[in-house]
Order: sequence, then C-alpha cells, then structure tokens
Amino acid sequence: MNDESGAAAIPADPTGRTAVPADPMAGAAASAEAAGPTEAVRLSDPVPAEVMREERAVKGEPLLSVKGLEKHFPITKGLLRRQVGAVRAVDGVTFDVYKGETLGLVGESGCGKTTTGRLLTRLVEPTGGSIEFDGRDIAHLRQGKLRPMRRDMQMIFQDPFSSLNPRHTVGTIVGAPFRIQGVKTEHGVKRAVQDLLKLVGLNPEHYNRYPHEFSGGQRQRIGIARTLALRPKLIIADEPVSALDVSIQAQVVNLLDDLQNEFDLTYVFIAHDLSVVRHISDRVAVMYLGKIVEIAEREKLYTSPRHPYTVALMSAVPVPDPARRDRAQRERVLLTGDVPSPINPPSGCRFRTRCWKAQDICAKEEPPLIPRLGDAASHQTACHFPIVEGETVEGRRPVSAPTP
Amino acid sequence: MVVGPGTVSDQAPVAPDPAGGSVPGKAIEGRSLGRIAWTRLKRDKVAMAGGYVVVFLILVAVFAPLIVKLLGDPPNEFHQNLIDVNTLAPKGGTGISGDHLFGVEPQNGRDIFSRVVYGARISLLIAFLATGLSVVIGATLGVVAGFFGGWVDALISRAMDVFLAFPLLVFSIALAGVIPDKAFGLSGDALRIAMLIFIIGFFSWPYIGRIVRGQTLSLREREFVDAARSLGARGPYIIFKELLPNLVAPILIYATLLIPTNILFEAALSFLGVGVRPPTASWGGMLSDAARFYTIWHFMFFPGMAIFITVLAFNLFGDGLRDALDPKGRR
Ligand SMILES: Nc1ncnc2c1ncn2[C@@H]1O[C@H](COP(=O)(O)OP(=O)(O)O)[C@@H](O)[C@H]1O
Ligand code: SF4
Ligand SMILES: [Mg+2]
Repeated sequence: MNDESGAAAIPADPTGRTAVPADPMAGAAASAEAAGPTEAVRLSDPVPAEVMREERAVKGEPLLSVKGLEKHFPITKGLLRRQVGAVRAVDGVTFDVYKGETLGLVGESGCGKTTTGRLLTRLVEPTGGSIEFDGRDIAHLRQGKLRPMRRDMQMIFQDPFSSLNPRHTVGTIVGAPFRIQGVKTEHGVKRAVQDLLKLVGLNPEHYNRYPHEFSGGQRQRIGIARTLALRPKLIIADEPVSALDVSIQAQVVNLLDDLQNEFDLTYVFIAHDLSVVRHISDRVAVMYLGKIVEIAEREKLYTSPRHPYTVALMSAVPVPDPARRDRAQRERVLLTGDVPSPINPPSGCRFRTRCWKAQDICAKEEPPLIPRLGDAASHQTACHFPIVEGETVEGRRPVSAPTP
Repeated sequence: MVVGPGTVSDQAPVAPDPAGGSVPGKAIEGRSLGRIAWTRLKRDKVAMAGGYVVVFLILVAVFAPLIVKLLGDPPNEFHQNLIDVNTLAPKGGTGISGDHLFGVEPQNGRDIFSRVVYGARISLLIAFLATGLSVVIGATLGVVAGFFGGWVDALISRAMDVFLAFPLLVFSIALAGVIPDKAFGLSGDALRIAMLIFIIGFFSWPYIGRIVRGQTLSLREREFVDAARSLGARGPYIIFKELLPNLVAPILIYATLLIPTNILFEAALSFLGVGVRPPTASWGGMLSDAARFYTIWHFMFFPGMAIFITVLAFNLFGDGLRDALDPKGRR
C-alpha cells in the first residue's frame, strides 16, 4: 500500500471532512499535533513520553478474570476420527483485566493470541479453565445463554479484508449488531449507523457503499464502528492494525484510545510486536507457545523486562534513533530458530530451545509465573533465571543454535 | 499488500465522487460487486452475443405458437403432397420453400421449422427446470455440508460421489420402460416431461453441490462469519444473511453452465426414446427420426444445429458470466 505510506502528517479524519461536530477524531488530530506531526504516528519508534497515555488509576475489580484457560485442538486421524494428538494452542493461561484498562497481549505469530481472543469471546469453547466475565463464568455457557452477554463483549478482527462481508453495504455491516441482537434504536438503525460512522471518523453518507470501495484503514474503522454499536464493556482487539500501513496504524490506535476514554471501554489489545501495544497498554502480557511468560505494568515491562523472551522480542524491533533507545533495546538479542510446535512443546520451560540462558533445570522444571527478584506482585515472570538490571545479553546466541 | 482496483487510499476522498459530501442528507450510492460484474460482462462481446442468443431462444420457446402461426404450419400436420411416394424423400430433395423455411420431413412431410421451434420449448423447459431442481438440492446440501462439516459433510459428500457414479443413462432407459401412462396425477407428455426433469435434476445436483460446499468451506473461515457469531448470530442467520449472498455468484455461474449439459442430456434421452412420445416434437426425438433417413441431410441438420447453437450460446454466456463475476477465478 504505497499510496498510504509517507503520509505521516495527514489529519486523522480520512475523508478530510473534519467539520463533524462532537467528532472524537478532532481530539485525536489535536493530540497528534501536540506531539509533533512526525513523531506521533510512527509506532515503530519508541513513543515519546508526551504522547504516552497518562498512567491511569486502574485496578479495582477485574471485569474479566481468566484462570488456567486452555484450548487443545484435537488432531484426528482416519474415518473414525480417532484423536491422535492435540495442538496445545492455549495451554493454561491466567490473567485479570480490570475495568477501564488496556491489557496488551504480545507474542510471535502462532503463540496462541488469536485463540485466546476467540476463547474470551467464546467463538471457540475452552478445553479447560474458567473465564469469568462481569462476575459470571462463561467458559462453558451454551450459545443461547451467551447471546445476551455478547452485547458486552466484542472483538475487532485482524484482517479488515476478511472481517467485512463483501456483499453487504457499510450500513448493513454496521447495523448488523442491532438486527442480530434485536436492539431498538431511538431514531432507527440508519441514524444509529450514521452516528457510529461519524464516531469512527468516516463519512456517514458512505452508508450505502461496499467494503471494497474503502482502504484497509477505513475498513478497520468500519469494523470498529460495528464493534461499538452495542456499547460493549470489553473489546478484544486481535492485531487490529497489523494489516495496515505504518502511518495508518497510529491513526487507528489513536482512535481506539479516544474511544476508550469516551466510552469507558476495557481493551485486550493483541499484537505480535511490543512497540504497537506500548502506546495503548496499561499492562502487558507476553505470550509464548500457549503460555504467558511475563506480565507486568507497562512501565515495568519496558524498563525492566525479566524474561529472556521479552528482551528478545524488544530487540527484534530495530531502533533507528540511539538517543531514544532504552536499556532493553540497546541490548540487541537475535531471536533465532523457529517456534517449536505446539503439538509437542518442549519440556520444562518452553522457551529453552531458543534461550541463551538455559540450563539443565530449564528442561526439567517448568518455571511458575510469579514475581521474581523482589518485583511487585503485579510483575510476574515464568523464568528460572530472570534478567537482572544491567545484565549484558548483547551478542549472545541461544545455546541450541548451531555454530556456523 | 495487494490493493484491488476500486480501493482508495486513506487520505483521498473515496472513489470518484463528484457530489462529494456536499449534498447533505443524500446518501451516496455504492457500487455493489454485482453492478461491477455487470459492467464487466457488458464489455465481453462474446459473452454478450451468447447472452443475446439465449434471450432469443427463450423468446422463441415462449412465443412458439405465434411464430409458427406466422412463419410455418402446425408442427404435427402432414404434407404428403410434398413427398415423393417412391423414395419417401421430400420432392426436390429438401422441400425448403417460403412456406417451409427448413424444408419438410421425409415420409410424412411435417414442417421442420415448426417442429424445431416447438422442440425449443421442450428442450429449454426441461433443461431450466431440471437445473432449477439441481440448484435447489445442490445448494441446500452443499451449504449444509460445508457449514456444519463433520459427519454431516462426510455423509453428503459420499452421497455426491454415489450420485456422480450412478449409471444414469441405463437407469433412465429402464425407468422409461416401467413408467405407467398415468402417475402422480399426470399423464402423457406432462408425465414424461416431469420424469425427465426429475431424473436430470435429481442426478446433476452434485455438480452444484460440490461447488457450493467448497465455497462454503472457505467462506466459513472468513472473519465476517466470526464477527456475526460473536454478535450472537445463529446458524440460519449466518447461512442466509452472510453466506448465501456470497454464494449467489458461483451458483449462477454453474447453473448457467449446467443448462447446456442438461440440454444435451435431454436430447440424448429423447434420442433414445425416453423423452416425450411422438408426435410431440423434441430436438432429440427429431434426430432419432432423422437417423433413419441419414441420406436426407436437412432433416438432421436443423435440429442438430438448434442443439449446437443453444449449447454453445449458453456455454459462451456462462463462461463470460464466470469471468465477470469472478475475475480471479480464471485458471
Ligand atoms: N481451529 C484450529 N485447529 C487446529 N489448530 C489451530 C486452530 N486454530 C489455531 N490453531 C493452532 O493454534 C496455534 C495458535 O494459533 P493462533 O491462536 O492463531 O496464534 P496467533 O494468533 O498468536 O498467531 C497455531 O499453531 C495454530 O496452528
Ligand atoms: S527458564 Fe531457563 S530456558 Fe526458560 S527462559 Fe528462563 S532461563 Fe531461559
Ligand atoms: Mg493471530
């Protein structure tokens, strides 16, 4: 999408028609300007302090509480569909999401992020564990019982080209939640849809247009409008910007940020790259091969990462400006080798096949996810040999990597 | 990332849109994929020619009595005066004249033109209704198999294999032998036509079924289905509102391509005497009659050409339709 790149300083409203009253995008444009046009929108750069969201007083009671969540996809063979194994896509994940916060969920592709999101929204049924949403365990609720709860929990999908039905108009797509849930709107579905389109920075007159007439970023806005229709409490955003051009990514993230403030939303924001979630998250969970390996408040995670995998993930993004590199990013670690198969994960610590600190115990004992090295209770790491401040990891290679 | 034609950048105002947003309250019409396909189809000269012929043939079938009144004689009327009593051939070889545009049949002198025109009714009626039947069965079972998967899919897929492997021609001939003159409140030609529609339609649904099943399997994985599910949509909503609109194009394409196959099949069955009974005119039946007089070229030529042109026109139109509706689907 070359036509979209290099457009760092464009206004957030894609239609260029900003004269929509009460448009939250005006706020986004303003905050982008305040931070300087080029810096605010480049997510691959570390986000400067002034555009970072203010530390929010989150906590309180969790909106979502996940315990030991597990999804093993069976692998069957033959006519009788005998089970011969399982893809352990999500393998015992525990975390809370507090009202009004954003939990970033980060990990390489294939580590089970999407499956986790689909479990939370009950698009797939867990094979183990519990999902408590708003005080109710929904892990094994039947679809009929789940229906009314779905209003409160929505998902933004990764691929804006696949998440909108190509045969439906924007009006039909964004109006679908009202129809499916049988929700009456004050001034009719059309008005409600047009208000939603305004809200996400789209021209409400594009009501009758089809998805193919929009660019990726605009489509993702349409998807967001659909998500907001029923005013949910929780939104699971599955890599909402990874399919978009870098300059568009920031606009969409800013939009999500503004919507969160306006509607008091709680987010689980999935990404495969730590730099994207840095801007929007209050806390970040790092996932590896179906497990959470580290979870911490954002500042803690970025300034003193404990798990070697977290450090490796941070170093995977090259940082062009040396003045803005912080500790983790100075220490570039190569993340070599492939992710092992979730069908047959390594014993003990799952990261050991790629870890430069691995020792015998790592293969024998699975490290529990607990606070390490005197960290606060909110900063938990699943590693026998967590990284200490000032540790040099530069130039080290994983033990299992073949020496050339 | 590949961007299709029609896609615009995030910054530019969407599409060529002269009115812009300047007309308040007036919604901007979007161009549906169907409208785009129609524009594309109109540019395809060959397909459009096929389409015109198809329309022409349908009109001929519908207005057969009128056409015959104006340009021919009743299809079952004998003209023994035009027949050479010794050779049984039409006098002068073919009997083609202003009154008999395609000449007359040997032996009894029936007007070939009117019989070809009336034959179009039988051919198209059977082909259309049989195709309709197989679309209904095929699309329903295809969607069900693709959407529900598991043992339902396994069962339906095996059924398709069985139906495709069925020795249909032999079966039809056998069935024609045992079918009574009256059944299901029908008799004579009506019963025969209903039987042909049923046989052809019932045995060609797997062609549609396989296509629809495959398309459903891939559509089911698209995220817009998950989006509907996460909103609480149930199976019927997903099938009818989300999947079906995306299945219309493939169904339309393969139905259009199935029609000529069914025309040929009907002709073959009529040729073998399974179809409508004489004296009712059908193209296959005429070919069968003509086979006894193979030296008299025009008797075979006109019904043969009718079949050929009809099948060709439907195929050209169907191919064009496929290209227009599914430009990436070309092999
Ligand atoms: N429906 C499924 N059946 C079998 N395996 C699956 C299914 N969905 C995902 N997986 C597997 O689960 C693992 C995690 O996938 P996913 O959650 O999509 O990861 P991510 O979103 O982090 O890239 C992958 O190995 C994937 O192949
Ligand atoms: S437990 Fe061992 S192998 Fe796993 S991350 Fe820590 S040091 Fe590396
Ligand atoms: Mg994913």
